[in-house]
Amino acid sequence: MTMFRSLAALLVLTFSSPCLALASDWEAILDEARGQAVYWHTWAGDTRINDYVDWVKRRVRDEYAVELVHVKIDDTGSAVSRVLAERSAGNHDDGSVDLVWLNGENFAAMKENDLLYGPFAEQLPNFSLTHPEHNPEVVTDFTLPTEGYESPWGKAQITFYYDAAELEEEPPRNMAQLLAWAEINPGRFTYPRIPDFLGSTFLKQALIALTNDNDALYEPVVQSDFETVTAPLWEYLDALHPHLWRSGRQFPANGPELRRLMSDGELTLAFTFNPAEPAAAVADSELPESTRSYVLEGGTLGNVHFVAIPFNSPRRAGAMVVANFLLSPEAQARKQDLSVWGDPTVLDVTRLDAETRSLFEQRSDNPALPPPEALAETLPEPHPSWMTALQGAWQARYVDR
Amino acid sequence: MLRLAPLLIVTLLVGPILAGLVMALLPAFGYLPALGGERPSLAPWRELFVQPGLARSVAVSFASGLATTAVSLAVVLLFLASVSVSRLDRWIRRLVAPLLSLPHAAAAFGLAFLIAPSGLLARLISPELSGWQRPPDLLIVNDPWGLALMAGLVIKEIPFLLLMSLAALPQLDAERRVAMARSLGYRPMTAWLKVVVPALYPLIRLPVYAVIAYATAVVDVALILGPTLPPTLAVSILTWYQDPDLSRRFMASAGAVLQLGVTATALIAWWCLECLVARLGRQWLARGGRGQGEQPLRLAGKGLILLASLTAFVSLAGLALSSIAGFWRFPDALPQTVTAAHWLRALPTLAGPVATTALIAIGATLVALILVLAALENEQRGGRHPAQGKLLSALTLLYLPLIVPQIAFLFGLVVVMESLGTRPRLWLVIFGHLLFVLPYVFLSLSEAYRRFDPRWSQLALSLGTSRHAVFWRVRLPMLLAPLLTAGAVGLAISIGQYLPTLLLGAGRIATVTTEAVSLAAGGNRRVIGVWALVQASLPLVGFIIAVGLPRLLWSNRRGMRGSL
Repeated sequence: MTMFRSLAALLVLTFSSPCLALASDWEAILDEARGQAVYWHTWAGDTRINDYVDWVKRRVRDEYAVELVHVKIDDTGSAVSRVLAERSAGNHDDGSVDLVWLNGENFAAMKENDLLYGPFAEQLPNFSLTHPEHNPEVVTDFTLPTEGYESPWGKAQITFYYDAAELEEEPPRNMAQLLAWAEINPGRFTYPRIPDFLGSTFLKQALIALTNDNDALYEPVVQSDFETVTAPLWEYLDALHPHLWRSGRQFPANGPELRRLMSDGELTLAFTFNPAEPAAAVADSELPESTRSYVLEGGTLGNVHFVAIPFNSPRRAGAMVVANFLLSPEAQARKQDLSVWGDPTVLDVTRLDAETRSLFEQRSDNPALPPPEALAETLPEPHPSWMTALQGAWQARYVDR
Repeated sequence: MLRLAPLLIVTLLVGPILAGLVMALLPAFGYLPALGGERPSLAPWRELFVQPGLARSVAVSFASGLATTAVSLAVVLLFLASVSVSRLDRWIRRLVAPLLSLPHAAAAFGLAFLIAPSGLLARLISPELSGWQRPPDLLIVNDPWGLALMAGLVIKEIPFLLLMSLAALPQLDAERRVAMARSLGYRPMTAWLKVVVPALYPLIRLPVYAVIAYATAVVDVALILGPTLPPTLAVSILTWYQDPDLSRRFMASAGAVLQLGVTATALIAWWCLECLVARLGRQWLARGGRGQGEQPLRLAGKGLILLASLTAFVSLAGLALSSIAGFWRFPDALPQTVTAAHWLRALPTLAGPVATTALIAIGATLVALILVLAALENEQRGGRHPAQGKLLSALTLLYLPLIVPQIAFLFGLVVVMESLGTRPRLWLVIFGHLLFVLPYVFLSLSEAYRRFDPRWSQLALSLGTSRHAVFWRVRLPMLLAPLLTAGAVGLAISIGQYLPTLLLGAGRIATVTTEAVSLAAGGNRRVIGVWALVQASLPLVGFIIAVGLPRLLWSNRRGMRGSL
């Protein structure tokens, strides 16, 4: 019995000591973070997101005495160029950006140029709730391993939406149907202008559906024959463009403008990266009550967005505390709440305890929301080099024609 | 101390711009060690020249610079020529003045909503007149020729040129010139165009050049109204600077240098046009035509400026309407429901940005006023002939920030400031705004100051008053109205600044303009309406004070109340 007990004690010791060490490390970080002002650069084009950030601001102030400052930017690239300007000026330890919301090519660019601090994600106590061993997407950013240089925050997936009062027939469910539909309904569909994020994602979505060489997309673009792989895409777009809004001579700037065109009645069919956006827009009386959402057959592209800490941030502890709070069930559930933002959680909800899990239960009777099972089919993002290559090729082909 | 003022002004303005330009030139030729560019090369230029649509971007930037200026100038001159002292004219003048305080971005948003196929105008005539149940698929806003962009700019440049002309006119004694010409049998409008314009133009030449430079390189208006495939050169440069692919910074720098060249070429082209017009004009003058068909010209003079001002006001009304709109579907002319939700949502977040905006604007304007007053007072005491209208004088350098495109030197300036290790952000932003506020304050104040009747000061001096006392007790109080107007112009300029605030403030300084532009990225017209109205109302407060205060203080002295 004693032996058993001491063995158990030994076992507990062996298994808990790294945790203990971690916990005390985290305590030190919490101490250090107290009173720090954390400058968080986020895209601020959506009042709902801004309101959510305001809430985070209040919560981390009350809980951790961290003074979060929301730096509103209209393009994540401007935060990247700020960090770059600081490094070119030799500012290696007193940067002005402490935390930045990003993913994909911005992450790839910052990591490649050593502009990020890390690895730090594994040190965040709440990170384990994402269960990366079961959900590789939370540690993979456009096929690149994040290696702890960014911490997951939320999820996105291409979701189509339309006005059911205007569109009596079934909406198009795949790329071929989309072309046929556009031919019958000229000027009622379009996609954002490249190099916009959502527009580029549409290109990738179409490419995945159309190309004969899907495997090539998950390797760097230099390793494949770009012309051959993308030929079906250009053929498709050449056929589609004359039937788009403004006959494909002009494209909206981004996803929100796409939504505004829907709201103005200029378009009948559009798509977004946030599955809850159409429902939220209905609640904001931007879109009509008859708005419906769905996902293409075979699934659509989805990805995870992250927060990262620049290499020269002097307030890393504070930034980590905020990143950890963003991963807490409380913050994640609130973010997923349709009346707040509607951005899906990155936590592995099935592995949470029952009480915490109940936080995430959504009413799915909102007719503007896509059916929950639709979001199960997620296509992984191609390697980030494809995005850049596609953008260049699109511009060479369609700019100034 | 006073003697140092011009030198101080020139150093403050020229130094940062030159430094910023150098930091754009170096990467343009491949030198930027932070990104591994250590050897000079022409690669950025090669990359730039193969960008799709570059030629078209350059062409649109160039054309919009010249066309905007030509149209705005023509409208202003025709209006001034057709002016008599009727009530309508005074009414029009009052209508135009507040437009100067309307920020460019707000005007552009309003215009975009007015003329879009699903916009206010189309809604007003649909479906009854047009038969449109859905918005027509027409390419109006963001048209590839930049017409919408030029229209947006013209609406904003007309008030500027009009105010500059009104400031310069009194020293020309236009009434007597016209009276003389009338006595020789010239019709009134012809008389004005033939005897006043040739004397007026040299006085407003620098403001005209500023308009050309601004229109060739504008970013915010071009983002909202300009062409997209490809966009104007300045917008392309901004996208390259913000591209996640950091190696594009080299090409962006080359683009910034190219932008400088495009603006310079537009200025030279305008100068050539000036010579051509002068030559043709001389023949026109010498032919001695007394003027026929004045009536259509007179109508055009009043009609065009009225059209431009009304467009601006209706655009604003459209924005105001969308800021309280609930669900508002095409083709309804009015929203189905009205809600205060958008305002209520914005109100709690307004206070901080509004306070910061006011602090920066007041700081920059005060510094600018002090420097400008010192320089002008120094000029008066030195008894030097004012350098008005001449292109080559030290104070002409003052106009450098108006002539050199922001996009060409601001990114470089950020790197310079970083290497100097300057951290306190607020004063850095105030300093950045000063670059643009100072020239405008100088433009608005200098004529009034130089025109100030010297006999007042002589009289005071002969009564034994010191020069300082003359300045404080005679000149300043008597010049209160133009001083406040200059201050209001300075406030308006500062409030409208976007790029300098964003770049020098490291994004940490939130003003109503940075908030408005970042929210505009979300495309929600209701939110844009709220912020654009806030943005437009702040400078208006300045103008109301500028008009109201002299009337209040000098209620018993009509001559000192100003003419705005």
